[in-house]
Amino acid sequence: MTSSPARHGTGAASAVSAATAPYPVVVIGADGHVVELNDAASVLLPTARPGGRLRSPSWLATAAGRTARPVSVSGAVGDRFFSAHPSVLPAGGVAWWLVDETELQSLLVELEAERERTQFLNQASTALSASLNLDRCMEVTARLATEYLADAALVIAPSATSKLPMVVCDQRGRISHGTVAGPPDTVPGLTEALRGFPPVPSQWIDPTAAPRWLVPDGFGEVGSLAITPLPGHGVPAGALILLRRVRKVAFTEREEVMARLFAARAGAAMSAARLYAEQNTISDTLMRELLPPTLRQVEGVEFAGGYRPSKDTERVGGDFYDVHPPGEDFPETLAVLGDVAGKGLEAAVLTGRIRNTLHALLPMADDHTKMLRLLNNAMRTSHHTRFATLVLASVRREERDVALRVTAAGHPAPLIMRSDGTVEEADTNGTLIGVLPAVTARTAHVRLAPGETCLLFTDGVTEAKGGPLGDTMFGEQRLRRAAAECVGMPAAAIVERIQMITAQWLGVGRHDDIAVMAITAPRGSHLSAVDGTTRGRYTA
Amino acid sequence: MNTRAIHIDEESVRHDGARINPARGDERALPWADKLWTAVRAGDEFSAVDVVDGALDAGLGPETVLLDVIGAVQRRVGIEWAANRMSVADEHAATAINDRVIASLPIRRPTTPRGRVTVACVDQEWHALPARLVAETLRLRGWRVEYLGAQVPTAHLIGHLHRTGPDAVCLSSSLPTRLPHAHSAITAVQAVGTPVMVGGLAFGADGRYARLLGADAWAPDARAAADRLATGPLRQPPPARQAIDDLPHLDDQEYTMVAKSSTRLVRDTFHRLEERLPTVRDHTDEQRERTAEDLAHIVHFLTAALYVDAPEIFTDFLTWTAEVLTARGVPAQCLLPGLELLAEQLRDFPRARRLIDAGRNALTTSP
Repeated sequence: MTSSPARHGTGAASAVSAATAPYPVVVIGADGHVVELNDAASVLLPTARPGGRLRSPSWLATAAGRTARPVSVSGAVGDRFFSAHPSVLPAGGVAWWLVDETELQSLLVELEAERERTQFLNQASTALSASLNLDRCMEVTARLATEYLADAALVIAPSATSKLPMVVCDQRGRISHGTVAGPPDTVPGLTEALRGFPPVPSQWIDPTAAPRWLVPDGFGEVGSLAITPLPGHGVPAGALILLRRVRKVAFTEREEVMARLFAARAGAAMSAARLYAEQNTISDTLMRELLPPTLRQVEGVEFAGGYRPSKDTERVGGDFYDVHPPGEDFPETLAVLGDVAGKGLEAAVLTGRIRNTLHALLPMADDHTKMLRLLNNAMRTSHHTRFATLVLASVRREERDVALRVTAAGHPAPLIMRSDGTVEEADTNGTLIGVLPAVTARTAHVRLAPGETCLLFTDGVTEAKGGPLGDTMFGEQRLRRAAAECVGMPAAAIVERIQMITAQWLGVGRHDDIAVMAITAPRGSHLSAVDGTTRGRYTA
Repeated sequence: MNTRAIHIDEESVRHDGARINPARGDERALPWADKLWTAVRAGDEFSAVDVVDGALDAGLGPETVLLDVIGAVQRRVGIEWAANRMSVADEHAATAINDRVIASLPIRRPTTPRGRVTVACVDQEWHALPARLVAETLRLRGWRVEYLGAQVPTAHLIGHLHRTGPDAVCLSSSLPTRLPHAHSAITAVQAVGTPVMVGGLAFGADGRYARLLGADAWAPDARAAADRLATGPLRQPPPARQAIDDLPHLDDQEYTMVAKSSTRLVRDTFHRLEERLPTVRDHTDEQRERTAEDLAHIVHFLTAALYVDAPEIFTDFLTWTAEVLTARGVPAQCLLPGLELLAEQLRDFPRARRLIDAGRNALTTSP
């Protein structure tokens, strides 16, 4: 390329003739007939003849028939894939260069399929990791399997009982829950898959061997059926059963890989859910004893309580309350509200011990000081180093009034809410429990007329920090004002009101455990109800 | 700010809805609602239970009694409060009695359970009765309902969903200031793959904030909620949705900054108000605290309006407050100095400034 200028026309065309081109080349004349084919093109297109019309492949024939501005096209030739690139000849007519792109095309198809698989597995992971609920995980597994792997799917979970939980996603994508209706060993491979041992690959079984319960209503004839074990975290998580209409006996190799990856994800999610449920059962059982009880009317006196642990994520803490109805050895109802030093689960465990001890000491409730002394001894001899403050209230209905004996041990004295709107402090105080070798306490005797209330609370209320300016202590004055607004209200409403005002005062700020209890002498025309929830039962 | 001694309780703002959400129920319920109102107003729980028994014996269906007798009384409580004919304490007492009365309704065990639904109020939302009405209505219609009550921390709600795996969650919120909490609850519930239906006045009379916050459904009242669930399962929430996708305007960080400094904002505004208005200095401690609380409410509603980018949340609150003040003989103009001071402090926040301007406008043009 030193001196000769670039020349148009014949020279270049003759230098690179169709015959010498490394690709199949077909030259189509301006009249639409084949002018020339090189050898490669003759082999590729055996029906094409010079002088004749190009008829096959049709995609090329169509493109070649359009004489104005030809553009590149592509399509199949036999079992291979070609693209055809036109170059317009100066003498008129178009040379079509055919490039074999079979490999590229199959890679593109494979890439697309791989993308779909990755997207499916991603989606599966997201959906499966969302919930820690076993039923939900089973539903998601069945649904995804139906969407991507089969026409319908069943997920069966192992169970300690003979009833095996089963979730079905039918051919229309509808989910239903049930239990396995027949013995699992009638389905080949199901027992092994559920037991997780011996390790089995997913296996295709004869669809005619499938029991009726395996096939969703209206599915029609089952073409093929596969049992896939769902491996969990070292434990079997269950089995996935895939139903297909087509009589294709097995997955392709790629489908097999994907089914296995999916099964691993589903199995991991299901066993995590199972573990979570088991842990929950344990903590619920242990927690039940520590949760504050639901209070109601006892012996014609209204009781209501409210509790808010310092951390919103927890359900228990260091505050507690209880109401013990009268028994054989103790004629009065005993209400207790208290506060253990510390917060969270550790403090809650100690509240449980105190509540149990007090329960055992109920026959001593006629003498609060004695009861507190015994509790003090019990707490001092235990290995806990924490202390507690509490209020005891022995409650007895007398005609329409309610008589109380109230003793505060190191605890804020309860407020008495009178009908005339005044709020007074019960005249009681005493030492806290669990520290000193001896305790002293003074018991107050209080009488509530109908509609009057004795309000017990922990310092979580009075020491709540917040308010509109952010750093003010709620304090006893505000509590008294709030209580004065509540005079005459039912016990439950009083508790709710005090809790709400405290919560609003706190805003989003940090706080201690908060407990409130109201003991109210009922007002109203009826003397008393056995409890507030039964329809129309009244006592004289 | 003003010399009034009355207390605009933040939670009472919800009663605004008493007017926009009239009953659409059974005419026969009206006389029973009147009787129940009398019993509730007298604080007489037992007579209230008698009224409900009577209504049932007279052939009213339990759902009618629930929504058109008890629900109607509850709406009336809101109207009476707003008109200053009922104190906040009276209102609590009335609600407590209604709550007891609901408990006395007969329980029907469904023959074929329809599915499982969890009903809860969002965190910080104390107003439980609307959620209770939804829970009881669904129960009457054969759903298995778990009712979690007022102010459910989102962490509790999610733990509950993992344990029980309901088909849907119904979330209630009455106060617009709870919308940020509601939003995080909605996205958290959806993240565990459970669809959410929301309801309550916080989401707007037409449910506009429900859509904005990406809830899967919205219902204006308990009947509509039950009707919606009866038509079929709610749409499954899209996976991996991010809360920020719903609210691109949060990019400007105004909500974040104002919410974070809201306490300081209230404090500074309060002190400046004392400097500017000599009368405030002469107030009693309690009056001063009320003034500070009013400022705090204004800032809370401003923050909520910033969160969802909806000026009407702020202006509606101000005009409603103005109405309540007027009903109690206090000129509504007393709110203006506080707004001016807030605008001064938020001069670097254009979106907040626009909201305050809209608020001042609403106050000066309202009667």
